[in-house]
Amino acid sequence: MEPTNIEAPEYFHKVVDCQWACPAHTPVPEYIRMIAEGRYADAYMVNWKSNVFPGILGRTCDRPCEPACRRVRVEDEPVAICRLKRVAADNKEPIEDRLPRPAATPNGKRIACVGAGPASLTVARDLAPMGYRVEIFDADAKAGGMIRSQIPRFRLPESVIDEEVGYITGLGPVMRLGERVESLGALLKEDYDAIFVGCGAPRGRDLDLPGRQEAAANIHIGIDWLSSVSFGHITRIGRRVIVLGGGNTAMDCCRTSRRLGGEAVKVIVRSGFDEMKASPWEKEDAMHEDIPILNFLVPKAFTHEAGRLTGVTFEPVEAVVDEAGRRRLVPIGEADVHHACDDVLVAVGQENAFPWIERDIGIEFDDWGMPVVSEVSFASTNPKVFFGGDAAFGPKNIIWAVAHGHDAAISIHRHCRGEDVTVRPAPGVTLVSQKMGIHEWSYDNDVSNDARFRVPLRPKAEALGNVKLEVELGFDAAVGFHEAQRCLNCDIETVFAEPLCIECDACVDICPMDCITFTANGPEADLRERLSAPALNAAQDLYVSAPLGGTGRVMVKDEDVCLHCGLCAERCPTGAWDMRKFLLDMTHAEAA
Amino acid sequence: MTYITKPRLHHPLLQPNALGFTRRDYEGKVSTLCAGCGHDSISAAIIQACFDLDLPPHRLAKLSGIGCSSKTPDYFLGGAHGFNSVHGRMPSVLTGANLANRELIYLGVSGDGDSASIGLGQFAHAMRRGVNMTYIVENNGVYGLTKGQFSATSDKGSKSKKGVVNHDQPIELVGLALQLGASFVARGFSGDKAQLVPLIKAAIGHKGAAFIDVISPCVQFNNHPGSTKSFDYVREHNAAVNRLDVIAPRKEIVVDYEPGSVERVAQHDGSVLTLRKLAADYDPTDRAAAITHLQAHQAIGEIVTGLLYVDPAARDLHDYLGTVETPLNRLGDAELTPGARALAAINQSLR
Ligand SMILES: Cc1cc2nc3c(=O)[nH]c(=O)nc-3n(C[C@H](O)[C@H](O)[C@H](O)COP(=O)(O)OP(=O)(O)OC[C@H]3O[C@@H](n4cnc5c(N)ncnc54)[C@H](O)[C@@H]3O)c2cc1C
Ligand SMILES: Cc1ncc(C[n+]2csc(CCOP(=O)(O)OP(=O)(O)O)c2C)c(N)n1
Ligand code: SF4
Ligand code: SF4
Ligand code: SF4
Ligand SMILES: [Mg+2]
Repeated sequence: MEPTNIEAPEYFHKVVDCQWACPAHTPVPEYIRMIAEGRYADAYMVNWKSNVFPGILGRTCDRPCEPACRRVRVEDEPVAICRLKRVAADNKEPIEDRLPRPAATPNGKRIACVGAGPASLTVARDLAPMGYRVEIFDADAKAGGMIRSQIPRFRLPESVIDEEVGYITGLGPVMRLGERVESLGALLKEDYDAIFVGCGAPRGRDLDLPGRQEAAANIHIGIDWLSSVSFGHITRIGRRVIVLGGGNTAMDCCRTSRRLGGEAVKVIVRSGFDEMKASPWEKEDAMHEDIPILNFLVPKAFTHEAGRLTGVTFEPVEAVVDEAGRRRLVPIGEADVHHACDDVLVAVGQENAFPWIERDIGIEFDDWGMPVVSEVSFASTNPKVFFGGDAAFGPKNIIWAVAHGHDAAISIHRHCRGEDVTVRPAPGVTLVSQKMGIHEWSYDNDVSNDARFRVPLRPKAEALGNVKLEVELGFDAAVGFHEAQRCLNCDIETVFAEPLCIECDACVDICPMDCITFTANGPEADLRERLSAPALNAAQDLYVSAPLGGTGRVMVKDEDVCLHCGLCAERCPTGAWDMRKFLLDMTHAEAA
Repeated sequence: MTYITKPRLHHPLLQPNALGFTRRDYEGKVSTLCAGCGHDSISAAIIQACFDLDLPPHRLAKLSGIGCSSKTPDYFLGGAHGFNSVHGRMPSVLTGANLANRELIYLGVSGDGDSASIGLGQFAHAMRRGVNMTYIVENNGVYGLTKGQFSATSDKGSKSKKGVVNHDQPIELVGLALQLGASFVARGFSGDKAQLVPLIKAAIGHKGAAFIDVISPCVQFNNHPGSTKSFDYVREHNAAVNRLDVIAPRKEIVVDYEPGSVERVAQHDGSVLTLRKLAADYDPTDRAAAITHLQAHQAIGEIVTGLLYVDPAARDLHDYLGTVETPLNRLGDAELTPGARALAAINQSLR
């Protein structure tokens, strides 16, 4: 193999698995160390800069970082990265004076954002302090988008939304709430310098089965029903409830039902348990609230009597893999089953809908009715119009909406300066030695043997009694500290200097994870087989040195399960290994 | 925080041996030696060898003298018996222990100062008596622990870190062991575990006095240009006579070498030593030839390594003395005080 180019920013970035997996590339280990030191406000600001909504995301994030966490591969469960964000948010001292100030002088550019969800708010957060006049339109009376309208209050208290949305509205965007944009064509005529479409994916799919019309009074579309609950229009549901669907919306529907009078609430899903779209922890939370999940049942009809819903019939199926390798659900030939109920919540998917965007204003749509949007610049085929969040590529989640928002803001800024939006700014990267003395490092390198801590919950009876009462209590400072200590500091990188190495083997002998090998060079596939421990995880890079002076062998380090304990550097007699902190700072619009 | 102990976590694919232990279970306390010391690599090789041999740690006794090298038994096999004796006196303490209980596996760990300077007499007698043990000298050519004075194995002409030249003739422990009748003699290098681990495994399987001289650079006091025990010097002058594989008893022997290039030696414990020849016509079962080969190569400045000599039919001290097989601590009153009649019979036999 060729010697590894550690100057390329992506090399060490990939080693920081969580940061690499985070759509907004939040410097996770950096803020976790701050939490361990009790520097909650600092930790909050590291987050705020990257992901804008630390308190909200610390309760609701889809956390793509956690399955990526190295702890999964060396132990079992990931660091509770998400809930540690909440520790920072809950315990911080006031941070208002650390926020950017509204721009002192406008730069003369006007931007319209359609929708006040996390995507638009991120665009405003980046552009407003730079002097842009950002006007945010939303049909709803309050900003926040689905964060406010969909996510149930028992998962996310409204005070947290108010606080973090408030930090952005405080930057001076013009909030045009209660104003639905009925025509993009008309908006274009108002001569904004750019328009950002962050209108989300607002339409819940229906199930057109026999009985749907007749029993309509007790059949509700999940997301419409949830927003009605959020806005206080609905406060009760029947005693027996069936939720159809296996995604996160279904989980919110069933748990909300339990709090609004639903005593016998069931989730019934077409697919198997493992194939359900809901995150594992959402399923766990639902089952904890005594909600059974029934699988492999395909709904066939709504039953009704005298215009009233009486239940749903299902056909039992099983999953079969056909010749082409596709999974299909086929009936197992058993009789249909009937589940009686008083209400049904349909949570079988969410769709985009753009009835307010004319098709003749230069914005191209594909065969599925989605706008053609660049994944790099988020520009549509109309150079003035950018998309982001759920509106761009279909429903995702908050952290993706934020990442899109940052990227779209860069494009809008470049567009307004007449620059090419496909040219993207490089991230800021620093790599700094953590050595303080012969046996002293500036980070806590002792590896915690603690298993992941569970977030304490409010007693079930109390939690189910009030739809607005937050069910998770969050880690207290002490547990937060211990959970933070589980982080392996994957951003403290092992950096190798071949001219210094005398090939004494000390690093090989001490490494607890058998990461390091000195061997004859070879092609990657061959090298992976003959290391101290075989490197079978091809998703993780090998770090290969230039040939060494003593024997002509190369040093090969498998990054996969390195604990970043620094023992290699500690044991190296010549300082050929050093532990250096890699900090990657995404460049946002301001510095672009 | 630093100076941490090695984390308990290990590679997810780390395999257990026949006893269900992983290699990590054969480790000891965290080493206090200088970073990069060759001795730590030898500890790692001993750990690997004992793991490979499926040794139950409590069946092993580690004995040592005084020195950095003699400290190392604390850093491997935490579950074994250990005795850190007096400077140069490991061989006699080990001999005593071995006579009292022949059921343990004896590992003597010593330094060049410990064995060639103060303990030379002790070393000689353990070899000539055929004490059943593995005797490892971690040879760095200096007294590491007392700050790097030349030891008795330091080569004539070798320079100290400060530039002082050694004028004394070195004691060649491998040559001595051969002359004194050791029945297994080998030399390895701390920087070549592929060679060292099989040597240690073979020595442990050997019945009789097994001696391994392991060149082990002292990174602190003897790893500079002008030293003949530095990493660079040893790598440049290493002349291995063979490459060894140890095949455990009852394992199938798979041949993948050219005919004639390999020699096989069956040991007492049933293991088979497979020796791939590197030096043409080197015969590791010919003691006199081994001595000659060693001296010839030493004269041209080469360091001969590998398995130099083995006598697979060797006997040990217990055989010569006809001692009781049962460990002394398991003998009961009846065996230990056979009574007046037995005494009378002995007296009678001597009249
Ligand atoms: C039940 C449910 C639970 C969820 N839970 C989570 C969770 O726990 N974690 C997570 O990360 N994600 C969750 N999501 C997904 C998440 O809410 C969305 O992915 C995210 O809010 C998308 O952000 P956005 O900025 O693209 O748009 P949205 O948040 O959807 O905001 C769009 C806004 O645009 C407004 N709008 C639309 N059209 C117009 C128009 N023509 N004129 C004016 N205003 C308009 C809407 O009123 C809305 O306020 C959940 C979604 C649902 C449905
Ligand atoms: C009777 C006695 N004399 C002298 C010493 C001082 N002393 C301690 S270690 C040592 C030399 C050790 O050299 P070596 O065996 O080569 O071990 P190394 O430290 O080099 O591994 C000496 C002379 C002692 N401890 N006891
Ligand atoms: S930091 Fe060094 S010693 Fe620790 S696990 Fe990684 S490579 Fe091994
Ligand atoms: S400890 Fe340092 S000098 Fe020794 S082999 Fe490792 S990198 Fe090289
Ligand atoms: S002084 Fe030499 S022998 Fe002793 S620990 Fe240090 S490097 Fe090893
Ligand atoms: Mg010595």
